Amino acid sequence: MAKATTKKRENNNNKKSKKSLKKKKQEEEEEVQHVRHDDEEEEEGLNGGEEEEEEKHEKKEKRSKKSLKKKKQQKKEEVHVQYDDDDDVDEDEGLNGGEEEKEEEEDDDERRRNKLLEAIAGLGAQKKRKRPLVERSEAAVLMSEFTVGGGGGAGGEEEEGGGGGAEGGGVQLSDLIGSLEQTPAVSSRTKKQLKNLQRGKALETPLSRQEAQRIQRGVAFHKASQEVTRWSCIIQENQRAEQLVFPLNQDAPPAPKTIERRVRGWKARTPLEQEVFALLTANKQPIHDPVLTSHEEASLRAMSLEEAKIRRAELQKARALQSYYEARTRREKKIKSKKYHRVQNKAKRKEVLKKFDDMVKEDPAGALEELKKIEEARMKERMTLKHQNSGKWAKSKAIMAKYDLGARRAMQEQLEVNKELTQKMVTSLSKEEEEEEEEEEKEEEEVPDFVNDAEGAAGSSNPWMRGRLTEEPVEKEEKETEEVIVVGGGEKEEEEEEVLIVETEEEALLREFDSRRKRRQAQEEGKDGEEEEQQEEEERKDGEEEEKEEEERKDGEEVQEKEEKQDEKEEEKEEQQDEEEEEKEEEEEEEELSEFTSLYRDMTDRQEAPDTSSHLEEAPDTSPQLEEGLQRIRTLEDVDLLSPEADVGAEKEPQQPPPPAPPAPPKLQNKKRKRGIELKEVLTKGAKVIQVPLAPTMQAGEEEEDQQEEQQLDQRGLIMEAFAGDDVVSDFLKEKRAQEEASRPKVVDLTLPGWGEWGGTGLKPSRQKRKKFRVKAAAAAAPPTRRDSGLPSVMVTEKRSSSLSLHQVSSLPQPFITHAQFEGSIRVPLGRAWNTEKTVKKATKPRVVTRPGAIIEPMRREELMKKRRKTMSGAVDWKREHH
Amino acid sequence: MASVGEATLKDSHVGKKKKPPARYWEELKEKEEKDENKVGEDEEKSEAAQQQEEGDEQETQKGKKRKQEEEQRDGNKSISGKSDPFPGPAPIPEGRVQKFKRKEKTKKPRRHHKKLKDVITRSEEVAEMAQKEAARFDLLLPEDAGFLEGDEDEDTCTISQEDIADAVDITSGTKYFNLKLSQFGPYRVDYSKTGRHLLLGGRRGHIACIDWQSKQLMCEINVMESVNDVKWLHSETMYAVAQKKWLYIYDSNGIELHCIRKFNDVLRMQFLPYHFLLATASSTSFLQYLDVSVGKEVAAICTKTGRLDVMCQNPHNAIIHLGHSNGTVTLWSPNQKEALVKMLCHQGGVRSVAVDKTGTYMVTSGMDKKLKVYDIRAFKPLKSYFLPAGASSLSLSQRGLLSAATGDIVQVYRDVWSSPVTKPYMAHRVPGTVWGLHFCPFEDVLGVGHGDGFTSMLVPGSGEPNFDGLDANPYRSAKQRQEWEVKALLDKIQPDLISLDPTELGHVDHATFQQKHQDRVQALGYDPLAKERFVPRFKKKGRSSTGNVERRKKQVAHEDQRDVIRKTVQEKAKMEKERSEREKKKAGLSSQRSALDRFKK
Repeated sequence: MAKATTKKRENNNNKKSKKSLKKKKQEEEEEVQHVRHDDEEEEEGLNGGEEEEEEKHEKKEKRSKKSLKKKKQQKKEEVHVQYDDDDDVDEDEGLNGGEEEKEEEEDDDERRRNKLLEAIAGLGAQKKRKRPLVERSEAAVLMSEFTVGGGGGAGGEEEEGGGGGAEGGGVQLSDLIGSLEQTPAVSSRTKKQLKNLQRGKALETPLSRQEAQRIQRGVAFHKASQEVTRWSCIIQENQRAEQLVFPLNQDAPPAPKTIERRVRGWKARTPLEQEVFALLTANKQPIHDPVLTSHEEASLRAMSLEEAKIRRAELQKARALQSYYEARTRREKKIKSKKYHRVQNKAKRKEVLKKFDDMVKEDPAGALEELKKIEEARMKERMTLKHQNSGKWAKSKAIMAKYDLGARRAMQEQLEVNKELTQKMVTSLSKEEEEEEEEEEKEEEEVPDFVNDAEGAAGSSNPWMRGRLTEEPVEKEEKETEEVIVVGGGEKEEEEEEVLIVETEEEALLREFDSRRKRRQAQEEGKDGEEEEQQEEEERKDGEEEEKEEEERKDGEEVQEKEEKQDEKEEEKEEQQDEEEEEKEEEEEEEELSEFTSLYRDMTDRQEAPDTSSHLEEAPDTSPQLEEGLQRIRTLEDVDLLSPEADVGAEKEPQQPPPPAPPAPPKLQNKKRKRGIELKEVLTKGAKVIQVPLAPTMQAGEEEEDQQEEQQLDQRGLIMEAFAGDDVVSDFLKEKRAQEEASRPKVVDLTLPGWGEWGGTGLKPSRQKRKKFRVKAAAAAAPPTRRDSGLPSVMVTEKRSSSLSLHQVSSLPQPFITHAQFEGSIRVPLGRAWNTEKTVKKATKPRVVTRPGAIIEPMRREELMKKRRKTMSGAVDWKREHH
Repeated sequence: MASVGEATLKDSHVGKKKKPPARYWEELKEKEEKDENKVGEDEEKSEAAQQQEEGDEQETQKGKKRKQEEEQRDGNKSISGKSDPFPGPAPIPEGRVQKFKRKEKTKKPRRHHKKLKDVITRSEEVAEMAQKEAARFDLLLPEDAGFLEGDEDEDTCTISQEDIADAVDITSGTKYFNLKLSQFGPYRVDYSKTGRHLLLGGRRGHIACIDWQSKQLMCEINVMESVNDVKWLHSETMYAVAQKKWLYIYDSNGIELHCIRKFNDVLRMQFLPYHFLLATASSTSFLQYLDVSVGKEVAAICTKTGRLDVMCQNPHNAIIHLGHSNGTVTLWSPNQKEALVKMLCHQGGVRSVAVDKTGTYMVTSGMDKKLKVYDIRAFKPLKSYFLPAGASSLSLSQRGLLSAATGDIVQVYRDVWSSPVTKPYMAHRVPGTVWGLHFCPFEDVLGVGHGDGFTSMLVPGSGEPNFDGLDANPYRSAKQRQEWEVKALLDKIQPDLISLDPTELGHVDHATFQQKHQDRVQALGYDPLAKERFVPRFKKKGRSSTGNVERRKKQVAHEDQRDVIRKTVQEKAKMEKERSEREKKKAGLSSQRSALDRFKK
């Protein structure tokens, strides 16, 4: 870039100094360039061609000296100059042109005229093509007398225009300067400058404003970014900090100092403080340590350890005593009982009197003084209206006194107090004693109220109303209940006959049930001779259906060709077979189940057989349901005992454990196929028999006969209900299978019969078509295993409830990558109900805390430096530690 | 330790005589030095002793360690000059810490994710702190439940209630009592959540609420209609009564507050205390939920399973269990119109269902006279018992005691799920057929409602001895109750959140997440969560040949798997080492001849 510009300048200078006129011309010619004649151009072309050739020769000779070097330079220049050559040159031209115009006005006129003429002449001629600037040559029309050589000018132009100067062989600076050395008129200084120019060490042209700004901006950005990146570590640190407390960089609040430490660091500054201090020091008061004065210290110092210990113990004791005393007085002060205080006061008074008596003996002078005091008190009492029932309170009491014994008494008391206080000392003592005695008597008379009340509620049947809870009534009740039970037993015997009737009815029902069950069993197993007919009928029906199908097939034959039919037949057969197989499977399963149920039934039958016999033998052993009174039969409560054999045993010997329950049903022997579900095993799993020490007894209540009848009616329904759930297991399995089926993806058949082929009764869409339009469920996306797949006796719904998913998080929050991370981060509850206060505070720490009232200033550079130093030192420490 | 303290005291006093008085912070340093010296001497002595005893190298090392510890202790000395003999926080037993563990720790990402790492470490810190603090504060629950223990050859079930009542203290003794209420039929029973109040509902319309511990009758009314069930609402100020036709709500003074006509023919009720929901099961096979805080019906589900007279709730997840006449037990939430789970439990109809406090076990009894225990989390049967007469109603206590009623006998079982039971823990005969059973919370009492009134039984070890004062405080005042009520209402859980797994709310909704993610991938044109593929950096000078690149790729392939493998290998090595050591020890022991070996043949 720089070199290119220098080159241009060289050219310009040359032109300025040597062939300014010629240049002028060129420019002018450029201006009118667009109105050139064709012929002229041709001439130019010819001339130019000749001249160029000549020039080339010349140049080759002239430039032989520095040929290689220059070429290299130019090559480089060519690359660089290309883009900004044009505008630079234009600028230069503009500048130069402006200066030179005035000097050569005369020439201009002439030239202009010529040009005009030319223009007029060329008006008619067609402009074939616009030739590029480069092609124009100096030699065209007018040659200036200053022209050194046409080639030179052309070369210059060429250089300016397209930068093809190297080839054109324009005038080089060296050529022009070569003669300079000989001319003495040129000063040595200019010579030097020129030489410098030749060397190519010229100043650069100032950059364009945009460029310069761009560069400046770049540099500024670089600087700023450097400046800012210095802060980045701090910023990161703050961003990652668990909690920011503004103002930042405040030293952590100092640990609580002890008073001594604080005082020690403090110094008096203001005159007032100093004065105070002076006073303190003058009086030998402790300044730093408020605990001990210098006196105390001195005394401490004077003491030996033993003494100190003793003294300390004394002090401790005194302190303890004082605290005890304080506590006691405080406690006493709290007591609101007037009576207590009255007694207390009295005691005090007595004590004072006693003291006074003693004083009379020991210290007459003191006693006199005391006497005076007492006298004075008496006088005061006499003077005032206190205790004379004249105050507000006394008046109000006086109104009530008629009706209220308490008020009267209170007034009386006041008067008594007055009397007491106004009496003379010596006589008062004996009276008080009397009073005391009176009061004591009163107290004895008083009896707590509840003594009288207790009798009233005792009569009620509710033990809680009696006001006291002893264990006697409970025991009584127990005895009563026992009696009731015994009585019930007696009633039972009376009701034997009725019960018997009921029993027989029940038996009949049960028998009915048995027979029905047996029939059903026979149906299922197909063993019973009678039921075979039914089966045959069913088979017949099946056969009919098949025939029908065959007929349909025949119809189809009429329409379609035989081969297709055969195919279809085969297919259908296969399908049928499949279906049959499935049906068989189901049947088998059901058979299994029914086997199980039958087994169960057998078991119950077996249990029932001895049951009935026992009923016959012992009439009173009725089923407890019959005796239960007033209870709704429909509740399961009443269905308590279906096969009453256990109770029978229990009732026989109520205190002994009942006979062991019948063993669990034996396992099935012939398992046809192992299914995943072994529900029977699950349900009939060996149950531990629990032995109960007490057997339930049913209390024969005070039910009436009509109630019993109701019961009997209900009994039927009850038993029906009880045995209705016989096929519970198979029902459940069926239901489960249905649910599984429903949740499985299904094959959707979209075939439309008669669409694209013949349709009608008995016609089935072709196999191909069906294949085509059957949308299969994605086999690849097999449904996930059901939750209840391994659990035979459980059905778990696979439907999602949308209500919960509304509250769930459905997108991972920012920094988390996996579910587990996020779920782990919220696994600990934050609330106070599950955590200690400390944990809650930690878990719910606010991200940013601003100290109220504190000025938050922006961070300073010094802090940055500080931090850096810290980190540096830290690093150094670390290094030290590790090496 | 004490001797050291005395010594220092003496020293300081001697010093004081000569020097001007000095404050403790001034002489702290000196003291420390002295103490150190002292301790050092002690240490030396102890070391010497140890060396004398054993002369073992290890021991000296230990001594040094202890010395260091001692020095550290001296560093954080208190003002009194005595060093803390037990520095640092008190240790917490490992088992107790384990008790409060919530899931496993999250694994930290391996690199590049500084922010994520921070977040995870922070949450882990909180989790650990919560766990430790909770374990530390577990100390504040000192009470433990007791049990009845019989003499030799004496079954606890033969001990009569009277004997127990005589043996225990007077206050506990008064908790065994009978109420003879033969007039108004068999009684249903309910205790309030705090266990302080008792609600009795007689079949023939008699309703009474009692502060049963002080034996104070709060109200007593006869609704002149048959009563199917009674239930306390959230506090002891209100209760619901399922009457012949409608559901009624009364307050504790017996004033009728509401008659809810939307709920008809209700047979059984359950109250979900944290959701403020009253769940009712009706004879028309409807399961309905009433939000008692706003008085609205939340859900009405037609179960299509006939008469619903067996009902209980799972206190762990607020799921309602219903028993049916076809031997199935179904689980319901208000959010789904079909049963969440259907279990075939019995061959006859289901007579009663109960779920324990932790939501782990379900106990059912059926017409087939069986008593079955299920693990309700896995829906698997655990135990099956045969009761000679079947159990008509069941109730589980807070401590996991099971009471079962057969006729007029109430039996109480212990540990039905863990060990096979052959005999009841306790048994008691009540005057009439049992109609309702309910363990009293926070008391060792079982309330039995029967045809002849009510019996309060003493069952040692049934109640939770430590109550949470902020949740259910048996001793709360009216003011506290009001405060609790406000808080409980604020903390009310919406019925939407009831699901089989109560922790499900803390999981990411996978289905929605995947859908969203797919959409995002489509919009972006790439998977933002995909694992970055390792692209080896281009290296100059021919070092980035294909072979080289492949080799470099291989170096980082399966890195996540490698970790696992490495771990397992390490574990295996560890196990192997332990095993070998054990064998060595064994061999060593066997080679040693003991004094008793001579008796061997």
